[in-house]
Amino acid sequence: MEKRVAEPESLTSAPATLASARNWRWLATFALIAFAAALPFALSKYHVFELTMVMIYAIAVLGLNILTGYNGQISLGHGGFFAVGAYTAAILMHRYGVPYWLTLPPAAFIGFVLGVLFGLPALRFEGPYLALVTLAMALATPQLLKYFDTWTGGQQGINLVKPLPPAGLAVDLDRWLYFLVLIVLLLAIRIAANILHGRTGRAFVAIRDHPIAAAAMGIDTARYKTLAFGTSTLFTAVAGALAAIVVGYVSPEGYSIFLSVSFLVGSAIGGIATIGGAIVGGFFIQFVPNLANDISDAAPWAIYGLAMLLFMYTMPRGVVGTLEPWIVKSLSTRKTAASDSVGQCDGA
Amino acid sequence: MIFKAPIPALIFAGIFAAASGDVCTAAEYGPGVTDTEIKIGNTMPYSGPASGYSAIGKSLSAYFAMINDHGGINGRKIDFISRDDSYSPPKTVEVVRKLFEEDQALLLFQSLGTPPNLAIRGYLNDNKIPQLFVGSGADQWNDPKHYPWTIGWQPSYGTEARIFAHYVLDNMPDAKIAALYQNDDFGKDYINGMRAGLGDKAGKMIVATQSYETTDPTVDSQISALQASGANVLLTAAIPKFTTLAIRKVYDIGWRPTQFVNSVSTSVGSVMKPAGAEKGVGVISATYTKDPSDPRWQDTPEYKEWLAWMKKYNPSVNVSDALAVYGYSTAQTLVAVLKASGDNLTREHVMKVAANLHDLHLPMLLPGITISTSAGDYAPIKQMQLQKFDGNAWKAFGDVIKGSGG
Repeated sequence: MEKRVAEPESLTSAPATLASARNWRWLATFALIAFAAALPFALSKYHVFELTMVMIYAIAVLGLNILTGYNGQISLGHGGFFAVGAYTAAILMHRYGVPYWLTLPPAAFIGFVLGVLFGLPALRFEGPYLALVTLAMALATPQLLKYFDTWTGGQQGINLVKPLPPAGLAVDLDRWLYFLVLIVLLLAIRIAANILHGRTGRAFVAIRDHPIAAAAMGIDTARYKTLAFGTSTLFTAVAGALAAIVVGYVSPEGYSIFLSVSFLVGSAIGGIATIGGAIVGGFFIQFVPNLANDISDAAPWAIYGLAMLLFMYTMPRGVVGTLEPWIVKSLSTRKTAASDSVGQCDGA
Repeated sequence: MIFKAPIPALIFAGIFAAASGDVCTAAEYGPGVTDTEIKIGNTMPYSGPASGYSAIGKSLSAYFAMINDHGGINGRKIDFISRDDSYSPPKTVEVVRKLFEEDQALLLFQSLGTPPNLAIRGYLNDNKIPQLFVGSGADQWNDPKHYPWTIGWQPSYGTEARIFAHYVLDNMPDAKIAALYQNDDFGKDYINGMRAGLGDKAGKMIVATQSYETTDPTVDSQISALQASGANVLLTAAIPKFTTLAIRKVYDIGWRPTQFVNSVSTSVGSVMKPAGAEKGVGVISATYTKDPSDPRWQDTPEYKEWLAWMKKYNPSVNVSDALAVYGYSTAQTLVAVLKASGDNLTREHVMKVAANLHDLHLPMLLPGITISTSAGDYAPIKQMQLQKFDGNAWKAFGDVIKGSGG
């Protein structure tokens, strides 16, 4: 009898706290999305454009995080996949008159297929060796774009006609593109979270942490590694396509090796094995070079380097990678204080 | 009533303003102009592979500083906002939007480089913003029908290559030509201009071509391959850094062809001296500006005025640098346009004045070379003169030649 009395109590209190925590998460997420949706109306068109670029870089960095952060494969070539997405969108729009929003699925598809193809030889390389292979992609891209000039427009690149915001929506082009990119970013985060917090994500992490043990546990290492590569480049190619649409111009100069390095820097600054870190990375890629330029005309890259060092010294696991455990810890201690029995549940 | 419009109303006003464009500008001022100031926008590669051109940006700023010290233009000072785009087109788009949406500049002046200018040409023409005196010699800035708001300045690359071709045909009938070019329109314009200038002899005379990328560390392998072709003429269509590398390599491997280099890479200070002055002896190029290190000019009042400006306002740039002359002369062209625009400083009117220049003489252009434009002619400078490097300076030879076409 006593047991029966005690049991319902612990059963009701635990789900109640969990549910309230979940509610809080939903509320916070909803508040963030609402804030992001309201933001463009408080900013000038130029700042809206800047934030759109931040989100585009965030999607690209998110792709890199899946590969480098969760699966442990370093890529110095994601600028190349970004360019592939950009040119897919540009060529489809320019040569075939495809509406801009319809270029995203083909860009995603080509990004995925290329990533898987690239991932196959990558199976044989690890760590710095893989980084070198992907570096080849970054170095080759601008030259290849110039070589196939009947398709890519060569050095001149391709000028794209500006897309029109849907009729009936009373927003200008910059704000419309902001919302388009915001929707894609939210989708990308959702998809990435689903993949990474599930079976596939655990397989990615297991391969990163201990490939031999992962294989012994029955994880198909080759399959998951190529899958990680394909998923990663899919995200980055979609970001590239969005960038082409938003900037309205593609040319080889825009996709130099420096872009690939920027992605890796953004990824590391935000936190390589996090999803939220991608957004921090996007901000870093967009704003820090400009800030550095404002501080010093003579040596902007020295300032950039200094900013990188500062971030890495103070937050070695990236902004989100360092802050997230801390926030989670402080939240869970609050929870433990609220209910003793739940503390046990959390530990389990 | 203080301005406290709700945000949606502001947005609505913004949309309305964008739709109505420049039709209803107050008085005769465009954006960025007041009774005391004219805001001029500019993009320049202060960093990145093309940063050798930043001497132009410094010279422009220095010239406007002098103009401002002398009271400005018709009483208005120039606020020259020059931003770094690293020669990366997406960055140029961002920077130019900042110039016109945040800084509210009147016009874009001397933005540098072919791809960066191509990236923003549509935006500027759509918004009816003058893209004045583009810092690139590509053939396509002279297209007033399609791009009435975009106008070039220097002689086009194709024009220059034709002048080289005529020289080769007249003086070296047995020439075997090798060409090193930058793998883009800039480089290809030269090759095409050369072929066009040689006419039906092009196929026989051009024996080898090699290209390089601006990201290449050297051009050593290309030069070796060109030497192996047995050519006795070398055309180098390259930006300053690679011209330096090419001249040095050609000399170091003991190859002695007749060398032509393009006019954007003739600076004694930043190309010839770094290559090793003795290594560039005999190199031929074409020019339309006075070489400040040429003793011919050094007793003239024009030179003295230039030197005084260089010493006082532009000390960080070498006095023998041709890019400083280029910056000085383009800045003078803009000043002439703004002066002639009087108090009617709308974008339309300034553009109209820029496309209506008649035999404008500039102190540092070669005698006989003038600037002329019209509604159907957006190529301000069309004449050039050949010159040869003697180890210290360029020595002009022959007459001023008017290049045809392009």
